[in-house]
Amino acid sequence: MSAIVNVRDVHKKFGDNEVLKGVSFEIERGEVVAIIGQSGSGKSTALRCMDHLETINSGSISVCGHELGTGTVNLRELRKDVGIVFQSYNLFPHLTVRQNIMLALKHVRRLSRDECNSKAEYVLDKVGLAAKADSYPEQLSGGQQQRVAIARSLAMEPKVMLFDEVTSALDPQLTGEVLKVIEDLAKGGMTMVLVTHEMSFARRIADKVIFMYQGMVWETGGPEILTHPETRELQEFVGTGL
Amino acid sequence: MDTFSSVQLLYLLKGVGWTLVLSALSFVLGSVAGFGVMLARVSVHRPLRILTSAYIQIIQGIPLLVLLFIVYFGVGIFGINVAPLVASAVALMIHVSAFLGEIWRGSVQAIEKTQWEASECLGLSRWQSLILVIIPQALRMSLPPSVGYLVQVIKLTSLASVVGFVELTRAGQIINNSLFQPFLVFVLVGIFYFLLCYPLSLWSRAMERKLNVGNR
Repeated sequence: MSAIVNVRDVHKKFGDNEVLKGVSFEIERGEVVAIIGQSGSGKSTALRCMDHLETINSGSISVCGHELGTGTVNLRELRKDVGIVFQSYNLFPHLTVRQNIMLALKHVRRLSRDECNSKAEYVLDKVGLAAKADSYPEQLSGGQQQRVAIARSLAMEPKVMLFDEVTSALDPQLTGEVLKVIEDLAKGGMTMVLVTHEMSFARRIADKVIFMYQGMVWETGGPEILTHPETRELQEFVGTGL
Repeated sequence: MDTFSSVQLLYLLKGVGWTLVLSALSFVLGSVAGFGVMLARVSVHRPLRILTSAYIQIIQGIPLLVLLFIVYFGVGIFGINVAPLVASAVALMIHVSAFLGEIWRGSVQAIEKTQWEASECLGLSRWQSLILVIIPQALRMSLPPSVGYLVQVIKLTSLASVVGFVELTRAGQIINNSLFQPFLVFVLVGIFYFLLCYPLSLWSRAMERKLNVGNR
């Protein structure tokens, strides 16, 4: 099996509210997958389950060989392989950009100071923020903060990167600079899963699109399903979204 | 009968010195213990949390004066002679640990959950996240209330006068016993406390303003 992520019949409840009702999909190595759908369709929850930020009630998830079922999970090993970027950036406000990136390199990867430093500079250069290494997050724009968050995740050399509505808090101009970084990563062959509302972006870079509706995978296929949707629900969704 | 002179003033100033010593001792020891209390309160182990919670409830529910009596007289029953300074410092340490522990627990829990998520998603353990990400932010946030509480501690040390520790209040009592000028003596004592506390209050307020600006 070359699938790097395998989600099988996952059910997830928050109290009485079932947000995932038997979700299944696969993601191949090097694939860029966009998960789209209305708010409340379960797309963010599905993504968070892949990094074990949410535990599932039944079914199974395998990510880079880690089984995230209902049993115990070696989180440290899982998170060496999986990177995640959040809508609200979640940079550490008490640390500089450089320190934000170096923290986990030092304490998780156990790299030397010099290695951490050169790694930080390398990833910052990749997101176009080498000049901001010694700024604090609060001194940066939202778009810059999000690029730092991507760099921080990237520095850990994950096998899969998850993006949870990473541009939803940004204005169109700042959105553009973040999407460009993600696009560069896609070209570099990174396996990525994006929960996004940017339909045109999804159509441009995604190899596969998963449309979720009311906690289920409703329609899935190549990016062409965004222009030629089969189900009425996706037709309505892209109709309002574009 | 003597009148108030430089001799008495010097005696009072010496009392100020001992008040500072006892305050510092209580605050430092109480901080160390309070840090432990905070760690236990945010622990993943439920029994530890419940136990510490009970400790805090009990200590916060007992007047410091009674705690002081327990340490000074109570322990004395067992044949252990406790010096007034030691007894006062221990009682204050226990008292301070319960209050500072709660202030800091509040700060730690006020840090957004997303900071935990971001940290743990980078592969840091819960403990590493706490020490490297959460506590540095919480500490910054808790600095104004902690300094504000230090003001309380300075005033609380006056209770040590009851077990015969000659700090500022006790020094005032001793002088008054020979001069019988209670108004003059205790107004002076009050002024000295104020001079110790007021700068700290100002500092605490200034820090709070600065932090609020940062958060906006």
